Amino acid sequence: MSSTREFRQPLGSHFADPRPPRYDELYMLDGDTKRAIEVGHTRLLFGGALFLVAFLGVALRLLDVGLFGAAEPVRIAALPASQAVTQRADILDRNGVLLATSLATASLYADPSRVSDPNVAADQLRTVLPEIGRAELVAKLGANGRFVWIKRNLTPRQQYEVNRLGIPGLYFQSEERRVYPQGSLTAHIVGFTDVDSNGLAGIEQSFDDMLKAGQPVQLSIDLRVQHILHDEVARAIEDFTAIGGAGLVLDATTGEVVAMVSLPDFDPNLPGRASADARFNRVTLGVYEMGSTFKIFSAAAALDSGVAKIDDSFDARHPIRIGGFTISDFHPENRMLTVPEIIMYSSNIGAALMGKELGTERQRDFMSELGMLRRASIELPEVGQPLYPSDWKPINTMTIAYGHGIAVSPLHLAAGIAGMVDGGVMRPATLIRRDSDQVPDGTRIIKPETSELVRQLMRLVVEVGTGRKADAPGYLVGGKTGTADKVSGHGYAANARMASFVGAFPINDPRYVLLVMIDDPKPNASSYGYATGGWVAAPAVGRIVQRMAPLLGIAPLPLTTEPVADSLLLMAKGSE
Amino acid sequence: MTSFARNDRSLLGRWWWTVDRWTLATIGLLIGIGAMMILAASPAVANRINLDSFSLARHHFVLIPVAVALMLGASLLSPRQIRRLALLGFVGSVGLTALTLVFGPEIKGATRWLDIGGFSLQPSEFVKPCFAVVAGWMFAAQHGRQRMPGNAISILLYMLVVGILLLQPDLGMTVLVSCTWFAQFFLAGLPIIWVLLLATAAAVAIVGAYFTFAHVAERIDGFLHPGSTDSYQIDRSLEAFANGGLWGRGPGEGTVKLVLPDAHADFVFAVAGEELGIIACILIVGLFLLVIGRGTTRLMQERNLFVMLAAAGLLVTFGLQAFVNMASSLHLMPTKGMTLPFISYGGSSLLASALGMGMLLALTRKRFGPGEDA
Repeated sequence: MSSTREFRQPLGSHFADPRPPRYDELYMLDGDTKRAIEVGHTRLLFGGALFLVAFLGVALRLLDVGLFGAAEPVRIAALPASQAVTQRADILDRNGVLLATSLATASLYADPSRVSDPNVAADQLRTVLPEIGRAELVAKLGANGRFVWIKRNLTPRQQYEVNRLGIPGLYFQSEERRVYPQGSLTAHIVGFTDVDSNGLAGIEQSFDDMLKAGQPVQLSIDLRVQHILHDEVARAIEDFTAIGGAGLVLDATTGEVVAMVSLPDFDPNLPGRASADARFNRVTLGVYEMGSTFKIFSAAAALDSGVAKIDDSFDARHPIRIGGFTISDFHPENRMLTVPEIIMYSSNIGAALMGKELGTERQRDFMSELGMLRRASIELPEVGQPLYPSDWKPINTMTIAYGHGIAVSPLHLAAGIAGMVDGGVMRPATLIRRDSDQVPDGTRIIKPETSELVRQLMRLVVEVGTGRKADAPGYLVGGKTGTADKVSGHGYAANARMASFVGAFPINDPRYVLLVMIDDPKPNASSYGYATGGWVAAPAVGRIVQRMAPLLGIAPLPLTTEPVADSLLLMAKGSE
Repeated sequence: MTSFARNDRSLLGRWWWTVDRWTLATIGLLIGIGAMMILAASPAVANRINLDSFSLARHHFVLIPVAVALMLGASLLSPRQIRRLALLGFVGSVGLTALTLVFGPEIKGATRWLDIGGFSLQPSEFVKPCFAVVAGWMFAAQHGRQRMPGNAISILLYMLVVGILLLQPDLGMTVLVSCTWFAQFFLAGLPIIWVLLLATAAAVAIVGAYFTFAHVAERIDGFLHPGSTDSYQIDRSLEAFANGGLWGRGPGEGTVKLVLPDAHADFVFAVAGEELGIIACILIVGLFLLVIGRGTTRLMQERNLFVMLAAAGLLVTFGLQAFVNMASSLHLMPTKGMTLPFISYGGSSLLASALGMGMLLALTRKRFGPGEDA
């Protein structure tokens, strides 16, 4: 150490350095510091290399994002659905007819901080959009904030006119507007959306995600049949000054709903103006006591289980008194009735006795198998929960046998009838088109032989029973009438009823199940003072069959064909 | 530009012939790009917070000459003077940072600012360059003649700084200061076993922060699982780069600044990407790398331990801050509020960056002999 110092000191003095070397300059040759500097240099190289790599990484990432950024999966995942570029998809009927579609529109909004004079701007704007109140417009344009909607979904002409005004601070937002070209015709099926195209009802709601993802939905609905059904249900409502009605056409072989009508209805293009009653779907959301149409199920269950044979007689001579109630017939025959007679004359007493024979347990199981004890399986959010006794007593068994004391939706009834007539196999109902390979196998409810008998019973009703007005020459309609007193408060209304008819055709090889239900029909002269299912709903079904069968390619039978239900007629005395 | 004669021995003459003019020019270029980006990005931000369109830009432009003067002034100093300036700055800025804990208004969940005569100042910005120099000094002193316990003092100062920063809380600054300090310790010859131990401790600290601070957990989760949390900012940022493409949409033509709240500060790089394009962004990356490269090669020849450690600390602060900002806006790492030196809007950040670079320029000036020692 000291020798170094001695060596450097004279050396420094020889140079023309402006100042003499200082003590600590000499100190730098200290071994420790020197080592530290050398280590530092090596490690500096390492640090520099690290920075080089990091910055090259940034440069590479820049190229990656800048050139291939469009393929960045992160961005697609993070896009809120409302901003997705895909337009909400269409809803189509089974033949591809448009039921709901989206139009690109422009919506007008303002940035109030950029509107110089709200009063002047409002007056100018009202020359194009006079429907907006002046006070409201001035308030919006003069608001505190940066964004306020003026009007959503302008027409192209309105957009052009607003642009032409050249008011500063007004802007357009590209939007889409949901349009329903069929208007009220399919309102309850298709449903509607809010102004931001979120499904709020019907298929629009239940298939919201799929539609938003741009995938169209093809329904099982046939718009032609839908129109016929709509027309005839509306006519029946008008003829009998009823307050509403429901109609359903079901393909019994596939479970597809071909037409579904609930009246009164509404225009889904303007859902805000619809009353709650108009938006109410009577086919799926409403549950009603169905009345006599349920006798089909009672007969089927009794015959299938073997507790009754087709020619067994039941004592309908006297009304039944049970637990303070009296079960009596609407058209009393006051005699022993066979099963076909019970159905033909729609005997409450006979049906109650069949139910009693069947027993509570078996009746409840049968109803459960038919799906009557749970919400209908259909792709609509609007499905009603059936009402039935929690404590299923013998009296309930007897009333349920003729359709009282249990309330189900019309869809429940039609689907159950489809299970009865189509060889005894029931398929879940659907609003989505099923190709032949997509038809589910279904579950067997009754034996094929029982199904055959049920079909004959239903034909009997139309040939000679209460449902004669449903007959459509050549098309072999079978069915059952139903007239149920409406529930009002804690009892039944004295003079308000649900008149219904549920039928199937062609009954020898059933393809379609039809249901028409009219809410609170008033008797008129043409019905000779009746407002029953046979007078109100049955004629509508007959007309529907006559109109839809040719469209759907069902050939009429020659009128000389032997009556289907002849064998049963032999068991029905007094039918002549 | 008038030049100086080789034999000019005046203060400015000596400065001109000894200062690293490449670094100086690069920083000048960065300030110029920054001015352009502020003009492009800040009016949109100002409008959004209901300020006059150019009020933010004006504020920044007033400070640019101040920053340039600060940088040039600092670069005139000798290493010994730099050391004194840094010590003074360190005491002052740490003191003011401590005051923010008491007096600072809470902005976005943290108290980082002080109002001084109408200017709001973020004193912790100035801690970064000053502490880099002071820490370098202490590490060098460990090897000095007086056998000062430099490392121990440095560790104590580090704990003081980090403690205050965590109380604000300012996690980004804490990480930056920690990395710089650790890098200096590493350069000062920290045994490898300690390097590994401290690296492990840092990892533990990050995991700890994840479980301690909700917003840190959110940022990290958002980075690891895009889409699971609100990834709005980073999505817009990436979109901006994609929109810009190679050549950009042209200055002022971008749209990302309209939606990103921090378009003029933390996400200014995205605005640059959209308006100037990828090539210009790579150029900016190159400018930052140039400063680091020039500095590193210069320090490879440095014979003065203090100069090497202090200058390296300033370079690490500068480079790391730039890297974190750019990497965040490119989704290479969780978003961390850190400004892009000289380019982001922000008076404190601009002045502190200028001070840091001024000190770097001063330390890396050509000297004959090893210069002063501790």
